[in-house]
Amino acid sequence: MAATKRGLAVLFGSTIGAKTVMAVTGLALILFLLTHMGGNLLIYFGPDVFNAYAKSLKSAGGGGLVWVARGGLLAMFATHVAMAFKLQLRNRAARPLGYAYEATVEASWASRYMILTGLLVLAFVVLHLAHYTVGVFNPDYLTWHDAEGRHDAYRMVVTAFSHPLVALSYVVAMVVLALHLVHGFQSLFRSLGNSHEQAREALSKASLGLALALAFGFCLAPVGVLLGWIQPVEVTQPAPGK
Amino acid sequence: MNLTLKVWRQPSKSAEGSIQTYEAKDVSPDMSFLEMIDVVNDTLMEQGQEPIAFEHDCREGICGACSMVINGVAHGPNKATTTCQLYMRHFKSGETIYIEPWRAAAFPVLKDLIVDRSAFDRIQQAGGYISINTGCAPDAHTTQVEKDAADAAMSAAECIGCGACVAACKNASAMLFVAAKVSHLGLLPHGQAERKTRVLGMVEQMDDEGFGACTNYGECEAVCPKSISTRYISRLNRDYLTASISSEI
Repeated sequence: MAATKRGLAVLFGSTIGAKTVMAVTGLALILFLLTHMGGNLLIYFGPDVFNAYAKSLKSAGGGGLVWVARGGLLAMFATHVAMAFKLQLRNRAARPLGYAYEATVEASWASRYMILTGLLVLAFVVLHLAHYTVGVFNPDYLTWHDAEGRHDAYRMVVTAFSHPLVALSYVVAMVVLALHLVHGFQSLFRSLGNSHEQAREALSKASLGLALALAFGFCLAPVGVLLGWIQPVEVTQPAPGK
Repeated sequence: MNLTLKVWRQPSKSAEGSIQTYEAKDVSPDMSFLEMIDVVNDTLMEQGQEPIAFEHDCREGICGACSMVINGVAHGPNKATTTCQLYMRHFKSGETIYIEPWRAAAFPVLKDLIVDRSAFDRIQQAGGYISINTGCAPDAHTTQVEKDAADAAMSAAECIGCGACVAACKNASAMLFVAAKVSHLGLLPHGQAERKTRVLGMVEQMDDEGFGACTNYGECEAVCPKSISTRYISRLNRDYLTASISSEI
């Protein structure tokens, strides 16, 4: 009868522990999204501000801090995804034979399709990193520099989003992200033990607000380029060394 | 009223099962759902067929035996109602009704609509009790209980262990049941001594039985015949995490 598991064994060995890990990593990723969105919106302040911000991120701590941040993010993301798979496999095994007549009384669409929206967000993140961080689709992106010799992130983003299909695909990805967060944000506090009635109701509403705000904020860059709110800058000086 | 029933029939635990169709004729709207099946079973027996096996006991909504998923919803369409307290007037004549057993790996089907819910018993045995020395009963006011705590404990104690939460959960999770059982003892002063070992033991047993994890769908609360709140699940999470990181000294 006596329970044997304590501490880390509980955290990774039990379903409640696994959900705690999902909640903590999910919250960390949401905090990252908020800062990422804030950074993106600097594009509205013009190339100088945007490129200076991009440079400050990459050069912080002598260029080392960006790798620490990337490592931390990767750890959070990978843990979140790995735990999601582990839980999904367990949940599927818990009901090997489903109902002939399937019905849903209460569960939201967003809550039932977390694994689907999660996988789509994962696919988007891979494409997004390939697109801007690695420059897979256009290697020139990483060689562009502005008059100050900084990486011309502004030109890169404006060039990419001036293709309507690219911009549109980012908008679609943000809708999927919003669906993931509208359940994820409120759910994480429940997993972490929030049983307070009013706080749960407030967080449910806040969850919708956060999901919409993040999706809207992220869409402002691609939509802004498409609608001409964000203008391309003429390249007057060649990049150094070219 | 006349109804078409699509019922899961499975001769034994190891046998293959399937959905069979039956006609329920001249059903009175005042019959309970179980009485309706009683009548269908009478007809089946007259025809020399095996009656539909289903679990039932009190037929007044307090024992938790009548486990049926009716048109995809555990205990049928009415809120806060067990199958035995569901009346045929809530259905329309000519309707087709699907009747299936609870579906969960931890609740194997024994026959037709009867599942083995011993997993719940084993979870209870892993800590769902208070150890008290027997002897003279103490005065009722020896240990004072705060009204709010008493009310919250009572709401959790309403759980009849029917397993509808597991049947309704998309993950076949038993979290609402375990949360109710952990909370109704853990909210009272008498339950404090074994609070940590109780929650650790019961959750470990729950996981060992192969139930799924909680995704906070809310399906369990929606079908629970006693309307037990998912707030108890969050309380269970908190109680479990606190106990798991605590040490004896």
